[in-house]
Amino acid sequence: MVIFWVAILAVSILLYVLLDGFDLGVGILFGTTGDEQRRHAMLSAVAPMWDGNETWLVVAGVILWGAFPPVYATLFSAFYLPLLLMLAGLILRGVAFEYRYKTERMRWIWDAGFAGGSLVAAFMQGMTVGALVEGLPLSNGHYTGGEFGWFSLFAVLCGVGLCLGYALLGACWLVRKCEGDVREEAYRLIPYLAVGLLAFLVVVFAYALAEHLQVMHRWLERPYLFVFPAIGVIAALVAAESVRSRRDGVPYYMVALIFAAAFGTLAISFWPYMIPFSITIQEAAAPHSSLAFMFWGEGLFVFPLMLLYTVISYSVFRGKVRPTAGHY
Amino acid sequence: MEFTALLLSRLQFAFTISFHIIFPSFSIGLAAWLTVLEALHLWTGRPVYRLVFEFWLKIFGVAFGLGVVSGIVMGFQFGTNWSEFAGMAGSIQGVLLSYETFTAFFLEASFFGILLFGRSRVPPWFYLFSTAMVALGTTLSAFWIMANNSWMQVPVGYAVENGKFVPNDWLAILFNGVAWVRFPHMLLASYLTGAFCVAATGAWYLLRGEFHAEARIMLRMGLFLGAVLVPVQLFFGHLVGDYVHDKQPVKFAAIEGRWHDEQPASEVLIAIPDPATETNHYAISVPILGSLIGSMSFTSKEVGLTDFPPQNRPPMLIPFFAFRIMVGCGFAMLFLAWYGSYLSVTERIGEKRWMLWLIFLGFPLPWIAILTGWFTAEVGRQPWVVYGVLRTADAVTPFLTAPTALVSLLVYCVVYSFIFTFGTYYVHRLLRAGPAGSLVEPPAAAIPNRPMSVAAEHHLTPTARRLATGE
Repeated sequence: MVIFWVAILAVSILLYVLLDGFDLGVGILFGTTGDEQRRHAMLSAVAPMWDGNETWLVVAGVILWGAFPPVYATLFSAFYLPLLLMLAGLILRGVAFEYRYKTERMRWIWDAGFAGGSLVAAFMQGMTVGALVEGLPLSNGHYTGGEFGWFSLFAVLCGVGLCLGYALLGACWLVRKCEGDVREEAYRLIPYLAVGLLAFLVVVFAYALAEHLQVMHRWLERPYLFVFPAIGVIAALVAAESVRSRRDGVPYYMVALIFAAAFGTLAISFWPYMIPFSITIQEAAAPHSSLAFMFWGEGLFVFPLMLLYTVISYSVFRGKVRPTAGHY
Repeated sequence: MEFTALLLSRLQFAFTISFHIIFPSFSIGLAAWLTVLEALHLWTGRPVYRLVFEFWLKIFGVAFGLGVVSGIVMGFQFGTNWSEFAGMAGSIQGVLLSYETFTAFFLEASFFGILLFGRSRVPPWFYLFSTAMVALGTTLSAFWIMANNSWMQVPVGYAVENGKFVPNDWLAILFNGVAWVRFPHMLLASYLTGAFCVAATGAWYLLRGEFHAEARIMLRMGLFLGAVLVPVQLFFGHLVGDYVHDKQPVKFAAIEGRWHDEQPASEVLIAIPDPATETNHYAISVPILGSLIGSMSFTSKEVGLTDFPPQNRPPMLIPFFAFRIMVGCGFAMLFLAWYGSYLSVTERIGEKRWMLWLIFLGFPLPWIAILTGWFTAEVGRQPWVVYGVLRTADAVTPFLTAPTALVSLLVYCVVYSFIFTFGTYYVHRLLRAGPAGSLVEPPAAAIPNRPMSVAAEHHLTPTARRLATGE
């Protein structure tokens, strides 16, 4: 039962990263152009999906609370300010989708909210993951770091890294969904973003080595973990080739694979801890009666239906966004 | 009063949840009303029902969207500000909330999309079915939330092990008698919100001399529904009072404004309670009525607040006044619904402009009643977060500092006011534009996961609109 809910949680978080990742990325890229036509096309490429994508964040949040209450309580209270800013960012960018079309004069406010909100949300997510990897100051399962205990150069670095990563994911999504200017611009940006991301990975790795992060020891203990980075490297090579030969459909999947590999790497290097080196999965799990009650309803029936619905809705909106099919 | 992290967290929770409840209470009621309209349309075949349906579907979209956005914050807040509570009670509260999210997500995702733009792609009965499923989804959402909150009011089916709540009887938690009177109470409140908003909109159009056919339907249906439901609601309100009387006597005493034991007890209609001297000033009371309301008896002894040590009493003024405002709104609605229905049946409502004005201006009544009702329930539960088991002061994140809590409170205030102002302005524009005559054409924009997009206006000139509605 515990493993079942760990798996469901992992799937929900991964889905969130892969799906909301691209629309947050498009939001970040949205700020790089002032051209209304391009902006409109970029929004159209994510408009049908973003809300559903974001729902996975809520799903992951409530699974965490119901199935692993101590982790929910510890992490959410430790990351008080980052979560606040992330939520504010998500709210602003969410309403911007609708509100920007209701006004000409004040559109710039909503556009700023959309790009800024996306950037802040992505940055905060990256930073929290970075802080987790580095290790939160905890004693006896209680956070002891104060308001800014999560803040470190490494965490900030991870925030920047995730912004780059999401932007890359977003660019690949634009290549996939758009034509003309937007597609060309996205193709032009992909190499820069990719190189930036690579540089980030190198720096993070060097930092982890230099600081003797505990995560690194697990890597040296478990060399088979290197299968994940290997998958990532292969995906990166395929992505580079598909970008060179302009095969629009491929890069997104390859970058998604890189993300999945990175996620797998992290998850397995944490294992069996949920908050690294302080709270294990078994310690964090809610009592059996809670997990079983969740399993027999939402786990067994509703969750598969949600996955099915996600697949169906993506297939409804597959293919390129036609430039004429404006929303408004 | 010192602004501690605890107080600021409570204020923040009160602010964000009060803001949030505005939208679900409206959309639960609207979803049910849309189902009725669609059924009537299928049954009678009158196009005007369809017109009214399409119009309110747009409003529903905006309310639903704002409800979703403001609801996300709620799911995080238990962890950020109430980590002790979240860690202890997640095994029950988190589980119930996860059911809420899963159910809502699923029913919303599957059927709301059909509602928005599936009209031409599915058979009429299936469209009606989808409408009913959306209504069911909002209703189930409300159920999980009420089960959740009722457990905090009257915890059942659990044991405490290692300082954590462990559920040992889910049937008791779900079929808790308390939840099953409070859930209908909330549901009826939502239906009344829908009914009075619809009636108010109808009255507004009649006052402006627009959209006669649609306005009359809105007015009539809203008032008739109100006329039937307000008495039922008062009855359920009484049942809710019964559980408070039996399970939360100190809250009951605070609501009643009863400081000392009385036998038989009088009922304080209105007064200015003075916690310092533990007495009421300027009280207007009815003898014996207190015993009658509390225990259905002419002679029963009813307990007073002073039976309880001060540290176990709720802050008395808020439940006392909030409850009276709620009941006042209830009776105001009863008057509007009954007299309005009478005028409507006798075809005289068009002449009584002052009554139309009252109905129009009465649209906030159900919301005020809902908010004050929740204030009564939640503030009256203090100083406990889980009644009798976990104190609010012990539930707050232990290391949260006042400046941090203040920052988050301010951020939420600013962001919410910002989006709420625009949302209200936007709904107002939709209502002003009225039920435009352009039927069918599902907006090209609408997509299942973007409820608000359905509200993209059709830019019709007033003349074109009148032509389309056949006026």
